[in-house]
This record gives sequence, C-alpha cells and structure tokens, in this order.
Amino acid sequence: MATMNLETSMRSMKKTLALVAAAAGLVLAAQPAAAAEGGHGYALRDGNFSFEGPFGTFDQGQLQRGYKVYREVCASCHSMDLMHFRTLAEPGGPFYDAHQASAAENRYVKALAAEVQVADIDTETGESVMRDGTAADRFPNPYPNATAAAAANGGAAPPDLSVMAKARHGGAGYIYSLLTGYAPPPEGLQIRPGQYYNAYMAGDLTPFMPEGAHVPPGGFIAMPPPLMDGQVTYDDGSPETVNQYAKDVAAFIAWASDPKQVQRKQSGVGTLIFLLLFAGVTYMSYRRIWKGVAH
Amino acid sequence: MSDHESTYVPKTGVEKWLDSRLPIVRFGADYMSLPTPKNLNYWWTFGGILALCLAVQIATGIVLAMHYVPNVELAFASVERIMRDVNGGDLIRYTHANGASMFFIAVYLHMLRGLYYGSYKAPREMIWIVGCVIFFLMIATAFLGYVLPWGQMSYWGAEVITNLIGAIPVIGEPILIWLRGGPAIDNATLNRFFSLHYLLPFVIAGCVVLHLWALHHAGQNNPVGILIPKDRLKKDTVPFHPYFTVKDGFAIVLFLILFAVFVFFMPNALGHADNYIPANPLQTPAHIVPEWYMLPFYAILRAIPDKFGGVLAMFGAIGVLFVLPWLDTSKVRSMRYRPAMRTFFVIFVLVGLGLGWCGAQLPDAPVIPGMPSFTLMDGQLNSYLWLTRLFTAYYFAFFLIIMPIVGLRETPLPIPATISEPVLPGGDAMTAAAPAAAEKKG
Repeated sequence: MATMNLETSMRSMKKTLALVAAAAGLVLAAQPAAAAEGGHGYALRDGNFSFEGPFGTFDQGQLQRGYKVYREVCASCHSMDLMHFRTLAEPGGPFYDAHQASAAENRYVKALAAEVQVADIDTETGESVMRDGTAADRFPNPYPNATAAAAANGGAAPPDLSVMAKARHGGAGYIYSLLTGYAPPPEGLQIRPGQYYNAYMAGDLTPFMPEGAHVPPGGFIAMPPPLMDGQVTYDDGSPETVNQYAKDVAAFIAWASDPKQVQRKQSGVGTLIFLLLFAGVTYMSYRRIWKGVAH
Repeated sequence: MSDHESTYVPKTGVEKWLDSRLPIVRFGADYMSLPTPKNLNYWWTFGGILALCLAVQIATGIVLAMHYVPNVELAFASVERIMRDVNGGDLIRYTHANGASMFFIAVYLHMLRGLYYGSYKAPREMIWIVGCVIFFLMIATAFLGYVLPWGQMSYWGAEVITNLIGAIPVIGEPILIWLRGGPAIDNATLNRFFSLHYLLPFVIAGCVVLHLWALHHAGQNNPVGILIPKDRLKKDTVPFHPYFTVKDGFAIVLFLILFAVFVFFMPNALGHADNYIPANPLQTPAHIVPEWYMLPFYAILRAIPDKFGGVLAMFGAIGVLFVLPWLDTSKVRSMRYRPAMRTFFVIFVLVGLGLGWCGAQLPDAPVIPGMPSFTLMDGQLNSYLWLTRLFTAYYFAFFLIIMPIVGLRETPLPIPATISEPVLPGGDAMTAAAPAAAEKKG
C-alpha cells in the first residue's frame, strides 16, 4: 500500500516537475525571441547597466548625469511628454531624496522646473502668460505641435522619448548602441542629404549599395550625431566622453520609460519567495489530504 | 454527477429560512461535495486556473477602466499615466496585459487535455461546445483589448483584422463600416471596442456558468475515460472538497509563480515593442504581427492565397472544434488506450506550435537559409509560406480525415473496467483503513 502510494506520488511529482520545466522553458524562450526580432545587423553593444537582471537597481548618479545630457542635448529636439518634473523626485528617480517631504516639495526638482518657462493663462485677466515651471509641470516640448517638429527637421518629427526604452527591441542597450553607432558610411553607400549612416538603425541598405556589393548592417537615420566629447560638463568626475554620455542618457531613458521598474522587481522577489513557500505548504497539504487515497 | 444527492443539512434558523426560499447555500455545499473521479491528474487543474485567470482579468480590468480614456488623442498617454501615477498602476496594468497571455496558455492546455482524454465525447458534448464558445469569446476579447492602448500594433492589428470582414463578398463592406463606426479606424472604433471589451468578459462569465452546469450534470471525465458505474461511485470518487480544492490550489500557486515572473521581471517580453509607439495611421509598421496566442490562426489566414478563403480557413480552424464530438468515431474516450491516435495527437500539438512559429515569420523568408529551392505555384518551396500550408493541411486533416478514419480502423488497447484498476492490482483496494494508517504516519 505504502509503496503504491509512493510510486503514484513519484509519478505525479515527475509530471509536476515536467510542467515546471516547461514553464521555465517558456520564460527563457520569451527573451531571445524578443531580441531576435529586432532586425539589427550587429548584436547590440552591452552597456553593463546596473539596472539589468532581477536584482539590478539604477545608479542615481548615472540617472542625474543622464538627465543632464537629455536636458542639454536631446531636449532641444526631442520631447518627453509623459514626464513630469515631480517624477524625477519619486523613489528610485534621479533626484529622489528621502529627507524631503514629497516629490512635489523636492528642492532640486523645484529648481530644475523653475529653469523652464511654461505657457499658462493669467487667472485674473485670462491673458496668455509665461511663468516659471513647477514640479507639477510636464517637461517642456521643444515644438508647439507635431507639424512644427516635422517642419523643423526635414519632414520627420523627432520621436518622443518618454517610453523609448520600451518602444525598441533591446531597450537601453539599443539607445546606447545607436548613439555610439555613427560610423563613416561604408564605401559605395549612396546617402541622401540630411541622412546619416548608423550601424544599429533598423533598415535595409540593399537598394543603396552598388550591385553585388556586400550590404552593411544598419540603416539611415535623420538625426545627426548628437553627442561630442566634452559637450556636457559632469561635476562628479565621470569621463566627459560620447561613450559615457550615451550610456548615461540611455539609463535615464530606461528609467523614464518605466519609473517603477526597480520597486516592482523588488516586490517581485518578495512575491516569489512567498509563492514558493506557499507552494510548499500547499503541496504538503495536498499530500496530507490525499494520504491513503490511491489515485 | 447528475444524480448526486444533496447532503446539505441547514443547521441554524437563518439557514433553514433561506434554504426554503433561495437554496444558495445548498448549491454551494453540493458543489463542494460533488463526487469527483479520484484519478484526475494535473492536466485537470487548468479549469480552476482558468477561473482564476478570468477573475484576475475582470478585477484588474475594472480598475483600469476607472483610469483609462477611450479617446484616440488620450488613450496611449492614459495607459502610461496608469503605470506612472496610479497607486500600484504598473502592477495592475502589467497583470492585465500578461494575464491575457496566461489565460491563453491555460486555455490551450485545457483544450489539449480535453482533446487527449476525449472529454468532448458523449455525454459531454455540450461542455465542449460551450467551451468552444468561451474560447471564441476570449479571442474576440483579447483582440479588442489589444487595440485599447492605441499603439502602432493596436491600430494596425485592428486595421488588418477588421479588413478581414471586408473580404466577405457583397455584405463585407457595409458590415466593415458598421463595425468600425465609419470608413476608417478612428475614435468611434476605439469607443465601441472599449465598450465591447468591457462587455464580453461578463458574457464569458455567463458561459462559464453554463460550462460548469453542463460539467456537473454530465460528470467529469477522467484519464481512463470510462463512465464510473453507479455502484462504484463510492469507491472511485472523492468529494471535490477538500481533495480537489487542495490539488487545484497547489497547481494554481505554481501557475501564479509563472505569472509573477512575467509581471514583475519581464512584463513586456510577451508583447511587441512597436505597441509603445503611439498609433500613427500614416505609418505602417514594417512587420504587423498579432500577440503570440493568435499566431497559429494568423498563419492559417495567410496560408490561403485568396483573402476571403483565408478568412474562411481561419474561422474554420476554430469552427471545426465545435463539431469535434461528431468527427471522432472512436468508442474509446482516452487516448491512453488509442496508441495510433496518440501519435497523430503528438504531431498535432507540434503542428500547432509550428503554426505559431510560422505566424511570426515573414511568409517569403526561407525556412532553411541557403538551401536551394524552386518556385511552386506562388512561392518558393523553401519558404514559411509552404511550411505554413503543410501545417495548415495537417491541422484540418487531423480533425476531418484522421479522426473519423482512425476511430473506425484502430485497435484500441484493453480498457480497464474501473478507474481504480490501472492504479491498484485488484481494482478496489482503496482501503477504508487508510485514514487511520495516515494518522499513524502523519
């Protein structure tokens, strides 16, 4: 009797393990599948970002530098319409400070917001006025509307960067690779004026290469190389290089695309520990209740 | 089981009063004491898992609807706002989005279990048919929901799928305009899709009630696939509670672990990056693909050169499931005792996965790069187009040819007379003394 029970439970245990293995396979399969779809010629450059992996967290200094690069370089053409200044001061954000009362009261963020002018209506007269920004304001859009953005940039509006790390395969690694992926155009490549060759841009260069020539990876991008060594001043001693700027701004956009990601991963660890313990308890209850019932 | 006698005895005065007016407590109690075949394996736990999935989707969906704005100008930003500014909003939204995938993982396994163990055969045809209705409603609901964030894949997915209706001769065009609420996909489309996306889950819930009603009337199938004779009822069944509540509970916790891995650590792995680009009617994405759970049907759609033919094939692939009980000619339910059919079943599962793989590829792309090939009819033989056609042919042949013929011609293995037999020599050795023994060991 006891041996029969043992055998059947071993059998059901094996099946359970097979199911768990299948589930694990599914989780693993979902990752390379997403990466393989990108269609980039090269494997993306590895930024060795601190926030990768289940336990990774953002480096607050890097986020602050990344914000500075965005503010001083990217923001002259790219909007981040979904971002508010107050978000910068939320837990996990570049200017979070545990000693400040709230995100809206954070003095760094208030100072950063006050640097911009925001269009508003005078509450007394109803006239259009410009006022200093507050923590509750959105990041200012460099253009009054999408048509103006397109007109100022050769017909293609620079994309909004609010969720850019989620909107491209490879996320931060893609942004980092793209920003450092400008290279002299391969020999024979026909480039139209206002276009640049980038080894990580999606596209197919076959029609632009001479017949029979080797087709290089990458594609055309309308954005001129945006970063130069020494362009942005860092006051924490980090190298003022294109490589460092690209890495920092990629990290900042990765944070901005999903500002809750680190807190979510941290609660995920707790949730999984609970679920694993609970699975153990439930399995023991199952064994206890079914004891003596051959099935 | 249909002749399951009620064992509920109302104890308090309130219970007695209620029981003679609305026997809802009795209903619940009978449900819990339902005699259930004791040999149900883990493949039977997906029913409970699916009930959980539906509950999770409805609960998270109701909260999302409180914050979502169904307007083409605001929808995309409102979804992002939920994830940034609503308390716990990122978890609610990612649970809902990944919940759809989890729902489909569970429903596919649930359906394959039904297929393998013959759970659709008499007297359980109605359970299966109502289940097919639920599956169809799930596909519709998932499609409608995917449109709501109003990203590029939302918009272009809606474009591709509603265009299919336009392929119907004569009446297609007017239906298309009626469905979209205008000549193109626009605010009217988004509004009605939102309304229907909120409605359909409750229709699904209603169908689930019918599904369970039919299940409890006909009784559960089991891995051996035989009906439990009345005189064996006591020996071969156990009450649903606590035996299967605990077994389902264990399976649900394992399932939640998988669910949590996606929600907390890789919430966008099952989605498409293009859907984080706001919808742009003037810019077609390079590669329009549906969510993974639609891919096999998308592949079947593209396998047929004629557009309307493709639509018929795609709906036919789901429609054929409805008549499955009458396509299977075998007298034996469980494929445990049908070795020939079991082989065809394994091929069917692989073909289904293959169709899903093909649905994500460009039809013209070579299956084996570099292999010499030649043009057959309208495409290279070494292309996903022809691989998809091969798989599509098997998909339909499995139901329409293999199932009727194998059922008539196969020689099934001997079937045990009782469900206890495969477990214990002597058949009914489920001892009354066992609980006592358990006490000692426990």
